[in-house]
Amino acid sequence: MSELRFTEDHEWLRVESDGSVTVGITAYAQNALGDVVYVQLPELAHYDKGAEAATVESVKAASGIYMPLSGEVVAVNEALNDSPELVNEDPLAEGWFLRFIPANIDEVAALLDQDAYDRLIKANDDA
Amino acid sequence: MSETLQKTPLHALHLELGARMVPFAGFDMPVQYPLGVLKEHLHTREQAGLFDVSHMGQIILRGSDAARALETLVPVDIIDLPQGMQRYAMFTNAQGGILDDLMVANLGNDTLFLVVNAACKDQDLAHLREHLAERCEILPLFEQRALLALQGPAAATVLQRLAPEVASMTFMQLRAINLLGHDCYVSRSGYTGEDGYEISVPTDAAEALARRLLAEPEVQPIGLGARDSLRLEAGLCLYGHDMNSTTTPIEASLLWAISKVRRADGARAGGFPGAERIFAQQQQGVPRKRVGLLPQERTPVREGADIVDAQGNTVGNVCSGGFGPTLGAPLAMGYVDNEHAALDTPLFALVRGKQVALKVSKMPFVAQRYYRG
Repeated sequence: MSELRFTEDHEWLRVESDGSVTVGITAYAQNALGDVVYVQLPELAHYDKGAEAATVESVKAASGIYMPLSGEVVAVNEALNDSPELVNEDPLAEGWFLRFIPANIDEVAALLDQDAYDRLIKANDDA
Repeated sequence: MSETLQKTPLHALHLELGARMVPFAGFDMPVQYPLGVLKEHLHTREQAGLFDVSHMGQIILRGSDAARALETLVPVDIIDLPQGMQRYAMFTNAQGGILDDLMVANLGNDTLFLVVNAACKDQDLAHLREHLAERCEILPLFEQRALLALQGPAAATVLQRLAPEVASMTFMQLRAINLLGHDCYVSRSGYTGEDGYEISVPTDAAEALARRLLAEPEVQPIGLGARDSLRLEAGLCLYGHDMNSTTTPIEASLLWAISKVRRADGARAGGFPGAERIFAQQQQGVPRKRVGLLPQERTPVREGADIVDAQGNTVGNVCSGGFGPTLGAPLAMGYVDNEHAALDTPLFALVRGKQVALKVSKMPFVAQRYYRG
């Protein structure tokens, strides 16, 4: 398992051994959302970077999950259909959303690393 | 950002309990505690939850003409409201629209006790002063009183430990009761569909009372998030969402709240703002009305979503919606054209450009469990 990368939208990405990239939301994000009651998963299709691929419904509101990079979605976490609470309980593993083949795999490494993401959260909390 | 927000007497306690605070009706209020909305909701239905609703407005009307005077503003029987009883009411405008909904209790000695919505309380006070100032005393208690709600099946067991006399009270009764040495008004009512109490307590005693109740093993603090999902499951309206100044009690499916004696064929028919329009609607029907809506899939359908029929024609919109933790499914209320308002009518809500199947459903969605003795 490679190290995680992060976006400023509080998504994490992990490059898998087959070259696909798994995407989920961070512990910080799930905590901010509150209890997740429904996840609308993406189609197995191409999405541009920034496109709303999935939607998370918490008890409070609906929030978009945006494609961190352009690419082809090749798998979605069907377990979230019956158990959306996995997003809260295990955001970095069982609560993943989608797996995609990025148009340019090199862009993954350019995202935030763990240290940079931790600084971002700290800055948010201090704001 | 929070400088302009008002604080309830329990504000420091909310922070101490780890609440997540949000602006609500001009107040900095707890939307949830560390337990989280889902568990707070379920805890209230299983045991007891303590809510700070001190942002709501408490107003006393006093004088021998107070009940008669208040009847000129609400379509509800106030004159014959027994001492020690509370009743649901609404202020109407000249078009029959709802200016606010409220609770009215008869404290005896020509004194009425009103609880109005936080967002409307200044406007309600002005409304009362404009119309009733010549006929009775109007005493806002906005600074003097806090309001706590203790809700859930264990509420009676818990509150009895402080005041045994609350056990014999039944739904919508109200009594002056001493709690921890302070003069409180305790009503057996609430906004969750559960048995429980609302407690009007002097501001400076509110925190001590809240801490005492929270020390009981059955009680958890509950935020506005769960308050909303609880009331929605109970089919109860939220002012400003499920009704407003452009919806009448008939459209809002609140005919039950218009007392028989004040209806067109009653002994004291009319005499409140908008009576003619409301009576005409009662007789002739309304073009649209509030109904319960159950999504037929797991997608929550939220306030503002358009409602369409099978042909795609817009026939209404959602006024409140979300997920019901006790129901274990999404639920909503909406206004729909009258011809689509019958139970079990299939409709669709538009959510993110997709149709979500709905069924017009009876309310409450979760059975109310009031204590009627």
